Formats: sequence, C-alpha cells, structure tokens
Amino acid sequence: MSPSVPLQEMIRAIRSARTQCEERGVIQRECAAIRAQFRQSDNGGRSHNLAKLLYVHMLGYPAHFGQMECVRMIASPRYSEKRVGYLGAMMLLDEKQDASLLITNSIKNDLSHSNQYVQSLALCTLACMGSAEMCRDLAPEIDRLLRASNSYIKKKAALCAVHIVRKVHDLGELFAPAARSLLTEKNHGVLHGAVVLITELCERNPETLERFRKNVPDLVQIMKGLVISGYSPEHDVAGISDPFLQVRILRLLRILGRNNEAASDAMNDLLAQVATNTDSTKTVGNAVLYETVLTVLDIKSESGLRVLAVNILGRFLLNNDRNIRYIAMISLQKIVGTDHNAVQRHRGTIVDCLKDQDASVKRRALDLSLALVSASNIRSMMKELLLFLSSCPLELRSQAASGIFNAAERYAPSQRWHIDTILHVLTTAGGDVRDETVPNLIQLITNASELHCYTVHKLYRALLTDISQQSLVQVACWCIGEYGDLLLRGECQETEAVQVSEDDVLDALETVLQSHMSSPATRGFALTATMKLSTRITDNVDRIRSIVSIYGSCIDVELQQRAVEYNALFKKYDHMRAAVLERMPVIEKNSPGHTNGESTGEPVKDIQPAKVKQGGPLLPQQPANQVCDLLDLLGGSEEPLQPSPAVAGTAPGLPANTISQAGGDLLDLLGGLEPAPLAPAPAMPVYEKDGVTLTLSCEKQSDSGLTVTLTASNSTDSDISSFTLQAAVPKSVQLHMKAPSGDSLPARGAAKVTQMVVLNNPNKVNLKMRVRISYNSQGSAFQDTVQIDSFPGLSAAGH
Amino acid sequence: MMRFLLLFSRQGKLRLQKWFTPITDREKRKVIRDMMTLVLARQPRTCNFLQWRDLKIVYKRYASLYFCTGLDDQDNELLTLEVLHRYVELLDKYFGNVCELDIIFNFEKAYFILDEFLMGGEVLETSKISVGVSMEEADTLQETMEEYMSKPAY
Repeated sequence: MSPSVPLQEMIRAIRSARTQCEERGVIQRECAAIRAQFRQSDNGGRSHNLAKLLYVHMLGYPAHFGQMECVRMIASPRYSEKRVGYLGAMMLLDEKQDASLLITNSIKNDLSHSNQYVQSLALCTLACMGSAEMCRDLAPEIDRLLRASNSYIKKKAALCAVHIVRKVHDLGELFAPAARSLLTEKNHGVLHGAVVLITELCERNPETLERFRKNVPDLVQIMKGLVISGYSPEHDVAGISDPFLQVRILRLLRILGRNNEAASDAMNDLLAQVATNTDSTKTVGNAVLYETVLTVLDIKSESGLRVLAVNILGRFLLNNDRNIRYIAMISLQKIVGTDHNAVQRHRGTIVDCLKDQDASVKRRALDLSLALVSASNIRSMMKELLLFLSSCPLELRSQAASGIFNAAERYAPSQRWHIDTILHVLTTAGGDVRDETVPNLIQLITNASELHCYTVHKLYRALLTDISQQSLVQVACWCIGEYGDLLLRGECQETEAVQVSEDDVLDALETVLQSHMSSPATRGFALTATMKLSTRITDNVDRIRSIVSIYGSCIDVELQQRAVEYNALFKKYDHMRAAVLERMPVIEKNSPGHTNGESTGEPVKDIQPAKVKQGGPLLPQQPANQVCDLLDLLGGSEEPLQPSPAVAGTAPGLPANTISQAGGDLLDLLGGLEPAPLAPAPAMPVYEKDGVTLTLSCEKQSDSGLTVTLTASNSTDSDISSFTLQAAVPKSVQLHMKAPSGDSLPARGAAKVTQMVVLNNPNKVNLKMRVRISYNSQGSAFQDTVQIDSFPGLSAAGH
Repeated sequence: MMRFLLLFSRQGKLRLQKWFTPITDREKRKVIRDMMTLVLARQPRTCNFLQWRDLKIVYKRYASLYFCTGLDDQDNELLTLEVLHRYVELLDKYFGNVCELDIIFNFEKAYFILDEFLMGGEVLETSKISVGVSMEEADTLQETMEEYMSKPAY
C-alpha cells in the first residue's frame, strides 16, 4: 500500500512548523485548499483531502465543513472513498449532528453490498455512531446478517446488535433467537460476539436471562474445550487459548449463575478446573483467574470453591506485580462484608501494602484496612494506621483521619487510648479532619473525668510545641480553660508532672490569641479560655482583665463582642462571674439539630455539643426591664439554647444547672419570669366523669417524638373491669400504643391503670388526641370520648 | 465496554482518539486533558490502573506512546492490558516494527486496524491472524479499485 503523498507532505509541513503560529498558518492554508477542492464536483483526490481534514481535526482544529463531504464520499461507488468517508463519519459525525441522518440510507444500501468489506464498513459505522432512530431502522437488516452470512460479517453483526440493544432496549427480543443459534459456531470471533450479545441481553431483561440459563451447559462445554484444547497458534496468548473469549464466557456464567442454585452447580466443576489449572505466571493467566474468582464469589458456589477463590486472591496479594496486588485488594474489598474471616487471614499483607509506593495501591489498602479493623486487632491496626497517616499522600489524609476516628470510636479499648489516638491524629493531620471532630473530642474528654488531669497536661504540652493545627489548638484552649486548675496543681498520676505557672499558661493562651496562624474561631476559644481561668487562678486576674479589655476594641466583631461581654462580667456582674464560669457538666451526646430538648430537671440536655465551638458558658439573661444593648448583643452570639417552657422565646434560656447551683441570685434577676420547672412534667386531668379520672402527662423524647402517659383512677365505690383506652390522632402524626398496665380499676382509687402512648409528629402539626374510654361497671358497659387539645409540657414557643 | 481509547505522546500530542459513546466535543476535550494530566503524572513503576470519575482507567506505555482507555465497572482490567497489548502487536505486524512516526503518517491505517479489532467498545476478533488477513484484503481491494479506475493510489 503506497502512502498518500499529498497527505504525508502536509503532515510533514505541519510537523516542521516551529511555532504554534506557524502551524496555524499552514493549517489555515491547507483547510482553504481543502474547502475549495470540496466545492469541485468530481475530483480524483477527494479521499486525500478528506484524510488531510481528518488529520487536522485530530490536532484539535475545527473540521465541521467536512461533514457533508463525508456524506458524499460514503455514497461514492469507490471503495477507497467509502473507506475514508466512513472513517470521517465516525470521527466528525455523531448522533447529535443532523448530517448523521443523511447517511442512514447509504448504510442501508451498503449493508446488502456484494462485497463484504463494504458491508463491514457500514456495520462498523453503525456500531460506532448509530443513533436510536438509525438503529430502529436497520435492526431487521442486522438480524438477517446475524443468521445468513459468512463468519466475518456475522461477528461484526453481533457487536452491531450489541450497540443497537444498548441504544434501544426493546430490540433485545429481536436478537435473542439469533444469538442463541450463534453459540454453535466454531469461529472464535463469532462466538465471542455471540457471548457479548447474550450478556447484554441478559443484563437488560430478566426473562431473557431465565431463558438463557438453559444454555449454561453449552457454555461450560465451550469453555472446557478452550481450557483443555491443545495449542492453537492463532488464538494462543502465553499458553492460554483465547483468553478474551474465556473471560467473556466466565462473565456470562457469572450473570447466569447468580442467585440460581442449579446453574451454579452446573458450572462448579468447570470453575474449579479453571482455577487450578490456569497458569498464573503471566498477566493473561491472572486475568482469567481474576474473572474466575469474581464469578465464584458472585454465584452460589460451594464453600470449598469459595475458599479456593479467596486463596487465589491471597496469592495475588503476595505477587510482585503491583497491578495484581491492586486487583486483589479491590476484590477483597467486595467480599470483606460477607467473607470477613477469610479476608482477616490476609490482614498482615494488606497492612504491608499501606507502605507501598503506589498511590492507587495505598488507597485500596487503606479502604481495606479500615474495613478489617475489629475489637480484637484495634491496637495493632491503629498503630499501623497512625504510621500510615504520618506519611500518606495528601489526597488520602482526610479519608484516613475520618476512618481512624470511626474505628477508634467503635472499638476503643479504653478512654485514655481513645483520647491519645485522637490527639495523635490531630497533631499529625489536624488540618484535614472534619469540623465535628472538635466538639466530639471535647465531649469525649468531659466524659472521661478521671483523665482530665492527664488530658490537660498533654494538650498543654502539645500547645507549646505547635499552634498551627487549628483543631488541636481549639481543643487545647478549651481544656486549659476548663481544667486549668488541674494543670496548675502540677501533680498528675498518668504522666510526669511539670511545674506550670499561671504566667506560663496565660502566655500560651496569649500566643494563640496573637498568632496570625490562628483562625477567628480559634481565637474565640482562646479568649474564652482566658476568661474562664479568671476563676481558676488566683494571682493573675488583673492580667486576664487587661487581656480581655484590649480585645474590646478588636476589629473582629466576634472577638470584640466576647471581650465586651466578659468585661461586663468583670465590672457589673462580678458577683456572678464565679457561677457563670464554673466547670461545665458532662456533655451528653445529642443528635445534631436537636434543638428542642425539654429541660426536665436534667441539666445536661440543654447544652448543644455541636455548638460548643462558639465558646464557653452563657451569660445570664437580663431582666426584662433592662433592655440594654447587651441584650441585643447577646441575642446573636450565644448558643441557641432551647427555651424552657415557661420562659418567653426572646432571650436565650438558662442552663438549668446554673439555676440549681447558683441559688437564688439568678432567680431574683429573672424577676417576673418563671424558672424552668425542675420537677417532671405535671399530670393534667383531661377527663373526669362518674368517678373515673383520666390524667395525662407527657415527655418529649426528641425533636418530633413524644411520650404520653395516661393514668386512670376510679374513685367510685365499685370496681371497674375491662377498662380500655383507644386513641386517635391527626393524620400525619404516628401513634403507637403500648400495652396498658392492666384493665381493672379497683374502687376508691386503690390502684391505677397507666397506658403509654408514643407519638411521632414529624410535620409538627398542631397536636390533638381523641381518647375513647370504655369499661364495665356494676354489670353495665360504659363508653365515652374525650378530646385533648393541649398537652402540658409543650410550649408554644418550643414547638 | 471500553468508553474510549486514546493514544498520546509524552509531550501531550494526541495521536489517535476513538470514542465508543456519543459525547460532545467539549466533553471530549475535557476527557483528553484529564487523561493526559493523570497519566503523564504517573511514576514509572506504578500500577497501570486508576480511578477517574466512575470509570476505571487502564493505561500502558509503549516506547514514546501512552495507550489509555476508560472502562466500565464490570470490565476486567487485567484483560484490558492484554487488549492494549494485542493492538500494539497488530500494529507491529502491519507496519513492521511500528514506531510513533508510522502512526502519525498513517493514522488512517491505524484506525482501520483498530476497527478490525474492536467494535462498540468490545473485542471483535480474537485471532491475531484474522485481523492481518482482513487488512490485507481490504487494502488490496482499494488498490485494485484504484488501478481499475486508473486513478493515483491513495
């Protein structure tokens, strides 16, 4: 085949252009010439011109003016022109272009051409860029070719049919019979095409899948033939006979055997044979083994075969070839849920892969390692993971950090270990952790009360070394603020004691405050911590006072606001300072977004751990008659505490512990406002008739959940039996009645019957409940209904 | 199925592009750019597989050319390495000791060989010999037609 001189000259000219500008010049000239040539009617060099245009197109220059020329060339009787024309169609036309429809007729004609190479051009182009309409038009032609033509055309028609089915799913039915008959062909190309077509049909249509299950024995036969057969030069690849066909058959078997015992049994022997006999020294053998393993693990294989498959994966893990190790880890990831123990056996190798040079391998190893963490191996795994974290590539850091946190949370053997682990992560990768880490860690620390001393010492030391990791600094500041007294006391059981003076601590906090590395949030933490220390240290209160007052004129609004408020605490409300800045109670883990916890006497529920970032304790409410600027200032900055029911919704609520511990001062301040009820929610009588009394009390469980307790008592002189309650609620509210404590009410209130009703009001509609009471008394049946419109304990403001 | 097949040089010049799904020009350019960036940044002895968007990317370097393809989730990556290798073997057989220049100056032949080996993103012919035979016959047909028409050979 002699090369095209004009085309090659142009290519040479373009390549010899020294600058982009020169190249553009050459190309513009050539394109102009090509356009001129296109306009001439019949021209011997048409194919050259189009070829030149296609080259220019590949370099990235616009070539849309060649589309019509492609259409014309395809219709030409000359094979050379058709060849380039179809190539141009595949490169320049796609189904989105209008011109593509114009070639439908040409394709149709060429599909029935006498020369098979012309037919093959048409088939190839249709499979490459055929739109849905073209496919629908030409599907019957393709079906005809699938049945009655030579192998060369049959194999192309098969893959063309695959394309058609992908574009127009309904046409799958059309090709199913032809596909089945193709399985009897000897030609590998045709067989391969048939298997691909059947795979496509089965994936799209479950009924077709059912019907093709009958062909499993045929497929097994073909596969056996390939595995056992002697050397075939044209299909052999490194000792494996036609690996492409083998892999496709295995894939089809996987689909057919999934969730089907009979089909899986039929292929068991074959899979075992392939798994044991395939030579795994070269990539091609491993490709076949890989597909076999995937198939074994996906169908209902017997356990021996499954073990064999996992062992193959284990062998892959030890392979020198990185590709094979990568593949092994992906496969193990897929089965770590189902065959956990089998994968655990290879944990050592997987952890070693964490140290591999390759980023892809590292990523897979990380995913798999995190999946393999369990209570028994947590300590050793965590050591490896932390080691990994210190040297892992940047893109994996946040994933590794969050994975470590999750693992630590689920399997931490001790609180101290947990805190140590989190601190370690914060020191190595503090910048990549999620935002919730800080409040989570703080909550964890408060819960580990015996470790406060240890924690604050450790954090203080960490703070001294490095103040660039924001999360770590925030937690450290918070702890120093809270437990500064423990730090200053100097003695600590768990770690070596260090003498820390008040000045040292204040120095550290001031460094954080002044450093340009600290984010505004961090500085807020530091300022609040400094303030809290004013109640925990004795000598340097003046220094604290001066720090706080300096920040009263800070540019950052948040800091300024805090500083001004803290200043106020020093001046006007100094008597309250100790109470306000007291040690915080243990934070309970609330769900995020929980804003409506009822204060029922438990001090904990009011505090939002998610909002701890904003700083320390709250300032008290101002009495209503002092509508001072501070009230407005307070409105924005404080944690949005849920208001206690009796308090009006404007001012933020009080932590109930302040009420209980600070005694009467605060209550006096509140003036006319009632304090939050400390007793459990009262019972409200809702029904009273004929001596039967029904009282109702309710308790909020969550944002939309409510537990209502109905208590019935009988004050008459005769016993009541078969006492039942039924309840109805508005449509969107969900109701669940628990079993009542009994159904008889003895006379004169000797015993009561309680019934719990759990309600869920996700749409927060106005809650009403209708209760029907029925009972027997003195031989006659009674029935009554009562409607309850208001529920005690649900305030208008809170709901 | 394979979504696309790209051949490009170390300098980032595209030598062949085959798209097996319909996508816009803009999207094509983006994919090419991303592939080049990802693949050219890889170290020498690293794994040949990558994850990009929802596709598995398999690439192999042969002399100065990178062969890069994007696969669906179900496809066998190791087998795809063999597919790429087979294509190189076919080119080698046809051109006789193929090098990048052959592919540059005879790009349309490279496409024709590809179209005899792959179709619709799937392997079309698994026999090494058949593809070579088909190419020969098609080329002969072209030449004889040309001679018959007494037009200069293409």
